[in-house]
Amino acid sequence: MADVLAFVERRIGRIGGSAFEVVATASRVARAMGGSAHALVLGGAGASAGAAELAHFGAVTIAVGEHDALSEYSPEGYASVIVELVRQGGYGAVLLSATALGRDLAPRLAALLDVPLATDATGIEVVEGRVRIERPIYSGKAFAQLDLDATPALVSIRPNAFPAMESAAAGAVSTFTPQVDPSAWRVRVLERKGAAEGAVDVSEATVIVSGGRGMKDPSNWHLLEALRDALGTGVALGASRAVVDAGWRSHAEQVGQTGKTVAPKLYVAVGISGAIQHLAGMRTAKTIVAINRDADAPIFAVADYGIVGDLFEILPRLSAEIAALKAGS
Amino acid sequence: MRTIVCLKRVPDTETRIRVDASGVRIDTAGVKYVVSPYDEYAIELALRAKEGAGLGEVDLVTFGDASAQEALRKGLAMGADSALLLVGEPDMDGLATAKTLASELKESDAPLILFGAKAADDDQQQVGPMFAVLTGRACVTGVSTFTLEGDKAICHREVEGGTEVVEVGLPAVLTITKGPHDPRIASLKGIMAAKKKPLVEKAAQLHPSRMRVHALREPAARPAGRIVGQGPDAVPELVRLLREEAKAI
Ligand SMILES: Cc1cc2nc3c(=O)[nH]c(=O)nc-3n(C[C@H](O)[C@H](O)[C@H](O)COP(=O)(O)OP(=O)(O)OC[C@H]3O[C@@H](n4cnc5c(N)ncnc54)[C@H](O)[C@@H]3O)c2cc1C
Ligand SMILES: Nc1ncnc2c1ncn2[C@@H]1O[C@H](COP(=O)(O)O)[C@@H](O)[C@H]1O
Repeated sequence: MADVLAFVERRIGRIGGSAFEVVATASRVARAMGGSAHALVLGGAGASAGAAELAHFGAVTIAVGEHDALSEYSPEGYASVIVELVRQGGYGAVLLSATALGRDLAPRLAALLDVPLATDATGIEVVEGRVRIERPIYSGKAFAQLDLDATPALVSIRPNAFPAMESAAAGAVSTFTPQVDPSAWRVRVLERKGAAEGAVDVSEATVIVSGGRGMKDPSNWHLLEALRDALGTGVALGASRAVVDAGWRSHAEQVGQTGKTVAPKLYVAVGISGAIQHLAGMRTAKTIVAINRDADAPIFAVADYGIVGDLFEILPRLSAEIAALKAGS
Repeated sequence: MRTIVCLKRVPDTETRIRVDASGVRIDTAGVKYVVSPYDEYAIELALRAKEGAGLGEVDLVTFGDASAQEALRKGLAMGADSALLLVGEPDMDGLATAKTLASELKESDAPLILFGAKAADDDQQQVGPMFAVLTGRACVTGVSTFTLEGDKAICHREVEGGTEVVEVGLPAVLTITKGPHDPRIASLKGIMAAKKKPLVEKAAQLHPSRMRVHALREPAARPAGRIVGQGPDAVPELVRLLREEAKAI
């Protein structure tokens, strides 16, 4: 019997980073371990304000550590607070999101706790009391099932890969003041530049509209923006490496082997040939749509639906039809 | 100034991956190997740091079997000065790998130790920051470019929803991701020179692995898709399918 801890991140002052998926998954793992799930949030003063949102995803308690020095992520600060709580809590497993923050934080926790770390899990189960995870390797060209021989089992989970199941019971929110010593921190953020207001990051988007070299020129991106806007909220723009290398789009948008790995509900690839390194980043999308004038482009081999033709003719029509549909429903 | 780059030899990103009969390993027959792509970016930034300072050296370290020599020669051909091969078999447990590297490098006086942000085979994204904790160094992950200012490194990182400029005191570990500086292609002269550069082999100090492969599987093939039609006239049918069949919009 063991409890499970879900670390929940906040971003730009809000609960984020697929928090609900992490808490819901922790609660499922806790049931399998015969224990209960607990959520942990860190932030500045007032961080508990949004924590009630987490109450219905199966955690019995939601502890919010409030300290002004923790209002923004500090690797050293967050790691020290979490490690302390994990040591005290005697958890069977500790879960967090495989976001930029989680990827930075999780290996530090692993080294401090001296336990192995499974990152980017797409599946997790408890077999004879031990955690077994499944995760993609070779950028999705294979999947590995791994058994973790340590307590706690430390796992980061891939955003969008787990359901955020709600539960009837409500967890109790409490706050505490963590002990931190900012003077000892050696990593200091000098400057943060946010992306455009309301922009959604590809790694978290539920829908992605991606453009490749077939777009011909960066000035044509308004066609993709129109489709993004027609599709509603939670939609991000993505890009192939060819257009990132050409300087048309920022690296943050690149999908693939040397860009981001994404698993949205819908991925629309426009003017992208579908090189193996691009597919590595998006092949686990639930539904893939490809628009390409070359009927032999490899992207059609993974696409659920394709249209062969000139994207400059197809995109405006597609945006208009979807906008009309959304307006009607 | 001395910069150490930890690199890993991995299957080429073009390679088709198959699971072998054991069910817990990949079939290595016919697989072509390369230096992991992010590690090449790390080598490039290390070489630039040396060139910028006008002095210093770039030393490569890898933990792998004898065939990893080839990857080290590639880095030497790009311009690194020396290479060390810790002979052993790394596995999925990144902490065990980090411990092996830390056993060797703990006492190093190198102000900067660079890692790739992730290795293109197991994609664990963990060895760099683990190594940093084990050796008591500060660490910044996902760095696309950096500059050195006295006893500090100023690093640029890309995170969800924006970019960050982060300052870190040396000695530090940075994990490197794709940035504005493409890895240089080794010249013929570089390849010739690499043959004469020091490449030392020694037995790796091994640490027990606590992450066991239960099974590997190849991904389920995506069901064959369909071409909905040609040109803009196919749009209404696509929208209908997305709505009614895929329930994606
Ligand atoms: C180590 C390594 C890592 C890599 N990592 C990545 C990565 O992370 N992400 C990535 O994307 N790539 C990556 N690549 C690069 C990859 O191999 C391809 O070069 C790249 O994906 C091609 O981008 P593209 O599809 O936009 O361009 P292209 O391959 O040039 O394809 C353009 C497509 O547009 C179509 N087209 C042109 N005009 C029109 C039109 N008017 N209407 C409709 N269709 C049109 C063409 O038919 C063509 O299929 C990597 C390569 C290597 C070696
Ligand atoms: N066996 C190894 N030898 C040397 N460096 C390694 C090894 N494995 C991983 N690394 C380094 O750690 C980085 C991240 O690897 P990983 O955590 O496995 O994704 C790689 O890009 C390398 O810089």
